[in-house]
Amino acid sequence: MYKVKVYVTLRESVLDPQGKAVMSSLHKMGQSEVEDVRIGKYLELTLQKGNYDLDEKIVNMCSKLLSNPVIEDYRYEVEEVVAQ
Amino acid sequence: MKFAVIVFPGSNCDTDMYHAVKDELGAEVEYVWHDATNLNQFDGILLPGGFSYGDYLRSGALAQFSNVMTEVVKAAREGKPVLGVCNGFQILLETGLLPGAMRRNESLKFICQPEELVVENTSTIFTTQYEKGEVISVPVAHGEGNYYCDEETLQQLKANNQIVFTYKNNPNGSVENIAGITNEEGNVLGMMPHPERAVDELLGSKDGLKLFQSIVKSWRERYVAAT
Repeated sequence: MYKVKVYVTLRESVLDPQGKAVMSSLHKMGQSEVEDVRIGKYLELTLQKGNYDLDEKIVNMCSKLLSNPVIEDYRYEVEEVVAQ
Repeated sequence: MKFAVIVFPGSNCDTDMYHAVKDELGAEVEYVWHDATNLNQFDGILLPGGFSYGDYLRSGALAQFSNVMTEVVKAAREGKPVLGVCNGFQILLETGLLPGAMRRNESLKFICQPEELVVENTSTIFTTQYEKGEVISVPVAHGEGNYYCDEETLQQLKANNQIVFTYKNNPNGSVENIAGITNEEGNVLGMMPHPERAVDELLGSKDGLKLFQSIVKSWRERYVAAT
């Protein structure tokens, strides 16, 4: 089995109002060193091994559904795991 | 002319849309469930607002893989009028029938209030009954209506006259005050404000009714007058 960890974040060019609000709260908390906060999503997929190109499959899923390429970027990590 | 109101799990403006078309416009209309695989009998497709699939992942993202969306894309390619309001607009963006994407409102607040819209383009099949530059009052109700597209796409929207409605007082941070756009061909309109909630003076405004009347008039001119 593969465990695929997908991180989806807003593109650099897109303002993140949630991140800005969180940063302002961190400043109020006294964390004045914080210069930027970006909020994203984290997804974990578990895939059966098979006769397929893993990267191609992940890129397809990420670009067509898991992220919206107009406003979001993604990256991923793959771990091999033993089926439970 | 017969309309379909597409109902997804989580749609909640489907009844308003149905009422607007049936009772106020006086046209034929039917609800169509999201797993339908045929829209051939319909002349116009309406995607209502709400929270399809709970807005999970992103607004409109999961609806794009419903069976009926294959048929909606087909209807759009055939040139049938397709109107997406609010969540319906978000679904059209996610499906790629319209360019761009929605972000959270700049204020992070869910905004629910009447908005003044400027009718920018009266040559679309959705707006022939309005005057160019006319200011109309139509309510908005959304948390993610902050339209975004890159500069290149924006220039294309302008060059092709695809910007149909803009906000007079931008409530959500939307690029260029955009409230509604069409595709390049002009038969697919997505808008965040709810014209189906502005079809009777009793509701505070009937400025949205002309949008539905425009669709019917354009359809009659094209299909009835020709025969």
